[in-house]
Amino acid sequence: MLNEIRNFFIVLKEIMKGNKWYYGWLAFLSFFILLGLGAYFQQFNHGLIETAMRDQVSWGLYISNFTFLVGVAAAAVYLVVPAYVYNFKPIKEIVLFGELMAATAIIMCLMFIMVDLGRPERVWHILPIIGAMHFPASLLAWDVVVLNGYLAINVIITFYALYRKAHGKDYNMQIIKPLIIISIPWAISIHTVTAFLYNGLPSRPFWNAAVLAPRFIASALCSGPALMIIIFQIVRKVSRVDIENKAIFKIGELIAYAMGINLFLFIAEFFKEFYSGSIHLAPMEYLYFGLHGHNSMVPWMWTALFFNVTAFLLFLLPKTREHFFTLNLACVLVIIGVYIEKGMGLVVPGFVPGTLGEIYDYTPTMLEKTVTIGIWAAGAMIYTFFLKFAMPIHTGLLRFVSKENSQ
Amino acid sequence: MKDGLRRSFSRRSFLKGTVAGLASIAIPVGSSDASIWEAFFQKHFREMNDDEKKAVINRLEEEYARKFNIKFNIKTTRAIPGTLFGYGLDLSRCIGCRRCVYACMRENNQSRDPQVQWITVLRFKKGEKWVNDLEEAEKYYYPEKVPEDGYFYMPVQCQHCENPPCVRACPTQATWKEPDGIVVVDYNWCIGCRYCMAACPYGARRFNWGTPHIRKSEINPETHYLGNRPRYRGIVEKCTFCIQRTRENPGRYPACVEICPVGARKFGNLLDPDSEIRYIIENERVFRLKEDENTNPKFYYFFAT
Amino acid sequence: MKRILYPFIVCAILISIPVFSSYGEAGDDLPKFFVPPPPLSKGIFPCSQCHAYMKTNRTRRALTYHTKISKGFNHAREQRWCLDCHNPDDRDKLRLASGKLISFDESEYLCGQCHGTIFRDWKAGEHGKRTGYWNGKKVYRLCVQCHYPHWPKFQKIKPLPPPIKPDNIKYRELPKDKIPLNPLGNIK
Repeated sequence: MLNEIRNFFIVLKEIMKGNKWYYGWLAFLSFFILLGLGAYFQQFNHGLIETAMRDQVSWGLYISNFTFLVGVAAAAVYLVVPAYVYNFKPIKEIVLFGELMAATAIIMCLMFIMVDLGRPERVWHILPIIGAMHFPASLLAWDVVVLNGYLAINVIITFYALYRKAHGKDYNMQIIKPLIIISIPWAISIHTVTAFLYNGLPSRPFWNAAVLAPRFIASALCSGPALMIIIFQIVRKVSRVDIENKAIFKIGELIAYAMGINLFLFIAEFFKEFYSGSIHLAPMEYLYFGLHGHNSMVPWMWTALFFNVTAFLLFLLPKTREHFFTLNLACVLVIIGVYIEKGMGLVVPGFVPGTLGEIYDYTPTMLEKTVTIGIWAAGAMIYTFFLKFAMPIHTGLLRFVSKENSQ
Repeated sequence: MKDGLRRSFSRRSFLKGTVAGLASIAIPVGSSDASIWEAFFQKHFREMNDDEKKAVINRLEEEYARKFNIKFNIKTTRAIPGTLFGYGLDLSRCIGCRRCVYACMRENNQSRDPQVQWITVLRFKKGEKWVNDLEEAEKYYYPEKVPEDGYFYMPVQCQHCENPPCVRACPTQATWKEPDGIVVVDYNWCIGCRYCMAACPYGARRFNWGTPHIRKSEINPETHYLGNRPRYRGIVEKCTFCIQRTRENPGRYPACVEICPVGARKFGNLLDPDSEIRYIIENERVFRLKEDENTNPKFYYFFAT
Repeated sequence: MKRILYPFIVCAILISIPVFSSYGEAGDDLPKFFVPPPPLSKGIFPCSQCHAYMKTNRTRRALTYHTKISKGFNHAREQRWCLDCHNPDDRDKLRLASGKLISFDESEYLCGQCHGTIFRDWKAGEHGKRTGYWNGKKVYRLCVQCHYPHWPKFQKIKPLPPPIKPDNIKYRELPKDKIPLNPLGNIK
């Protein structure tokens, strides 16, 4: 027990110390976290009236970010499968950082849900046993189960592996293998359940399309890994963690496939809506061409489409994929493209036109944007802390005291 | 579902005891208000026994009395056995005057600022497409006089579906269908996630985006726990067929029925073959809104002429 | 003893059914809950206070007394005239086509002679406004309480204000006496 406390302080010390760049980065993030906290405090006191959400569009930027981040979290599976199932060595080396990112993304998801609640102090009502969780009828109850389960799985896997490594031992595959096996379908499930959450509402024809869940997963397998490619390059730069180019290019290749499927599913949806031209076309029309003069989403959606197509080509061609400038460009394009498409581009058209035909142009308020940035900064800080002690453990620079070496 | 609720209750009260105990230590003596904690740990309405309900009602009546300086009466009247409420609305009569919208507001203590209204009156151009997606609906019409030539009107409110998508969506069971068919919300259990609003095909649910404000002079102190008692910021509310009126014996008609100057609104017991609503269903051509979604509303639109 | 009573009870029930359920063609068996009195102009009733001293003039003409009604009359203008409904001999009564006289507070039978389907729906509670209790005493309205008999078409009315648009719902700190009032006022 004493050793555990000492080990905790070892980790804490590791997090606290760093060069001026590290402190600068933390200060930068803290600034936005504090801004976000301040904004949230105001929202907490005045109510969600401080956002631009209204009865007509009752979900907005917060839930958009939540949806995008579920995708990011699910994308860790793209590393887990080649690493553990196919024993692809270069990726196995870095799978840990992907899992930590998944955990961070889920924590951010939970934060976005919390700030979206009208009565956050009553959140325990959603829990089983002490609350009145509406399981299995409500998809939101399912989401609570799968998201928290996924968070637990990832935290257990990574912390167990790190704990072993910190004691200078390799992790016991026998112990974590079942968890890893579970984590693969579970990653798919968090995104499927989140898609079903929208999908199961016949009142919202834009969401009530069978292609929604597959498309969710396809686009998640673009944005999440793209984010990882960028992060791995940073990790490689700031630490002694060895990440092979081969691993990065492999992920790039996988993104190309995912984006190909995503674009194909998009075409399937686009064709179905526009060719059949039924009344359910309205939300799609609103997104891409504007409806009754309301066209605030139009430039965003075409930008997203252009970015996604461009990135697809950049990832697809070996020449651009294996060139770091074009690779990183493609990553940025994909992240922005999917963020628009899966965020606001998914949530808002569910509500426009509304069930009573009303069109309300939702544009997030400054406060909403500030809270959102605050949560992103908090997520970045959490991930930074994760990396700060995971990297030296990984490379063997940081070791815990254990029974053997303390005596 | 009900059993599940009951089973979790003993474990929960244990937890509550523990947390409340800890909380009473954590809060400095003097500044702590017991009712805050009672409110925080208040159980789901359907899990409370009669004594617990009484305690909650007393607390709420005190709370409201303090806030509005009026004596409140909060009922917890149960459904009358053998009733299933149904509503009829004669589209050939409605003139779009919005009396119902504001009579509802007067009866049900909706927030005046930020404005909350349970009834939406839609205006359609005669001959244009209308009934399915309601895309051509106009909600903000405001002419000198109604009805306007060339237009007709359709008020929409909670349709009290037999198969309510909002109830299925709610992750905390804070909204449910009562035995008399009224879909209600426990305002003290709702967490404000607004999934029900996304699920409702009729735009019937309203969220308290800000703290609700009403002048003291306009408060209706005759309330029901599941109905028109004053609401809180951050929770969802909706039409309850004026549960505080209709669950009495004899029970008054809902406020919107009472106010309608053209008698377009009809209300009664679907299980009573002599009720006016049954007469309408059996003799007129009725339809229900968005029947393609199989929500099976108990709100019937009809055309008497 | 009880057994002997049964046939009587059954008979009594059987007899009472048609009595309670049939609405006759004349005003004798009006259901008793049609409560509010007819909206007669003040001081005009009983009509006999003037008409008892006047000779009945059956010619169709512009009236020199009830001028507003005479000018504005718009209820099947070409087919109808005052004395089709108002009883010529005893003006305090209305007269059905059958010649049967009814009082002003059962005028629905007069309207019902032409508007049969509406009369039927009105009796069932489908047509017209009803207040009171859904499971108890119901308050009906006479036709004339909503439809002015001499020009029965509804007059247009001013609507109450539309809802506030979502863009205009903002956080604001209002003093108690600035909270908006319900525009319904005292409309009953």
